[in-house]
Amino acid sequence: MEVFLEQLINGLTIGSFYALIALGYSMVYGILKLINFAHGDFFTLGSYIGYTVLVFGSALVTSHFGLWGGMIAAMLVAAICLAFVGVIVERVAYRPIYPAGRLPAVVSALGASIFLQNAIMVIWGPRYQAYPASLIPNIHIQLGGIHITLLQIVILVLSFLLMGILYWIIQKTTFGAAIRASALDKDTASLMGINFNKVIFFIFTLGPALGAITGVMVGMYYRQISFTMGWNYGLKAFTATILGGIGNLPGAMFGGLILGVLEMLGAAYISAAWKDVFVFLILILVLIFRPTGLFGEKMAEKV
Amino acid sequence: MEHTKTIGYDRFFGLKQSTLFIVLGVFFIYPFIVNNYYIDVAFFFGIYALLGLSLNIVLGEVGLFDLGHAGFYAIGAYTTAILNTKFGIPILVLLPVSALAAGFFAYIVCSPIIHLRGDYLCIVTIGIGEIVRIALINNPFDLTGGPNGVFGIDFPSLGSLFVIDSSIKYYFLIWIVVALSIFGLIRLQQSRIGRAWNCIREDEVAAGSSGIDVRYYKLLAFVLGAALAGIAGNLYASKLMCVSPESFTFWESCLMFCIVLIGGMGSIPGVLIGAAFISLFPEIFRPFAMYRMLVFGTVMILMMMFRPGGVWPRKRGGVEFKSILARIGRKDG
Repeated sequence: MEVFLEQLINGLTIGSFYALIALGYSMVYGILKLINFAHGDFFTLGSYIGYTVLVFGSALVTSHFGLWGGMIAAMLVAAICLAFVGVIVERVAYRPIYPAGRLPAVVSALGASIFLQNAIMVIWGPRYQAYPASLIPNIHIQLGGIHITLLQIVILVLSFLLMGILYWIIQKTTFGAAIRASALDKDTASLMGINFNKVIFFIFTLGPALGAITGVMVGMYYRQISFTMGWNYGLKAFTATILGGIGNLPGAMFGGLILGVLEMLGAAYISAAWKDVFVFLILILVLIFRPTGLFGEKMAEKV
Repeated sequence: MEHTKTIGYDRFFGLKQSTLFIVLGVFFIYPFIVNNYYIDVAFFFGIYALLGLSLNIVLGEVGLFDLGHAGFYAIGAYTTAILNTKFGIPILVLLPVSALAAGFFAYIVCSPIIHLRGDYLCIVTIGIGEIVRIALINNPFDLTGGPNGVFGIDFPSLGSLFVIDSSIKYYFLIWIVVALSIFGLIRLQQSRIGRAWNCIREDEVAAGSSGIDVRYYKLLAFVLGAALAGIAGNLYASKLMCVSPESFTFWESCLMFCIVLIGGMGSIPGVLIGAAFISLFPEIFRPFAMYRMLVFGTVMILMMMFRPGGVWPRKRGGVEFKSILARIGRKDG
């Protein structure tokens, strides 16, 4: 039972990474019907920018604000930088291509992904980079026999907070309503006076910023980052998006959490080497029986 | 009806006969005037052309998003590698065997998922590709050699008389296979099957309601595409003499996807151009070392900006639907 609970916590930690990245995929997909392959690399870039802030700005930041301040500064700087990068990538690589249809945009997204990945390699070098240790005091907490680290608690609280804020923005604010309306029917939404370009601007700042914060958290959790890690996380997060029902934001959050938990439980009870096979098999089974994902609505066939 | 006979013996993809002969001539002379390195580059161009053609059946002809094609490629390569190293079966005998194995695998895994649409199919094929790759790494039944792969694969040979053991011979082998595939695929495009495929791509519901067995034709596309990828895997394995899981990553599937889209969906000469871009570009820009992939990504974006339909889009043979609509006064197809 203890193993189960510990793996559940580990799974939720990883799952919250997937969920936060998946939100970026899902928002872009919901509005533009585009699989944004560059999103995984936004996440990597955020991680590297956070790393740079922590390593090179560490003396400055930590002397003024302490270790926690350093962590928050790294996340904020990464998020702001990535919001800019996201908008630039959208303007340069996607906007000129929307009119041509969905498939050219996929190639363009892959091109943007290759570009970003190699830009990271050129700037920071091809080797693994190690995140500075003990940003957060290495405290183990015993809860009835299960170990939780303080870092895990911070990550879980922060991710749920971010997901909550995003959920609130999408569901409760007027601007969120504009986003949902654009996702449903872009043309009608434009006729109702919704500024579609503003919606795109918003999703391409918020998605990459969330990805960047996740990148910093992943760096702190695993302590090492590489320029290719965006592929793996991107693939998992995209899987989570589909698992939850594509374009459905709560679906993406739950999809990510479920995926993380399944992965960890699979690693603990079946085999660590086969855990990804396990995840993909579950995905395929879900899609065979629910072709639009766990939380996806049944779509009417358009003729 | 000029465009009905764009493909014939006098005009091949709209090329003049003389142009065609020049291209063929260059292909024949090329390996005799460059060194082995560039012959090998042309060999890998051929491999990518074959892979592009195989994905073109699924993605270009039927419009099914398949981002796990490297899985089928891997099945072909590993079938060849394992049967050749364990049982000593000659490579050329294994060529059809690899095709059958990959095709059969595609039939098994695609049967339950063929009803999925668009991006859902896309993620499932990604999943299949990843499952194959992880399975190869984990070395099931001690067959695949884990992350190191399988070593010591033979040269293709017919008895001891004719052994394909030099770069030039490999070059001709792969391009003969590519040429035969192109011939077969053109025949297929113009056949009843090709028309059914294109019909499904344009409108699946309409295709189904006019009596096309959508499920059967989609599966057929997957099986044929996988079989062709299996053939590419066979040749790849014998050329490299070893196979390892890192040759069959998701990245490889993405490259194939790009080959088809850069060239133009469903266009055979387009696939050749796309394959040339993917395989030759990194070689030509090798002096720029670490910046070349930056340029590669940028060029991909630029290409889609200026030629969103691909470099050499397919000319639609037969009666054009759009022109009829224009005649009756509607502009949007």
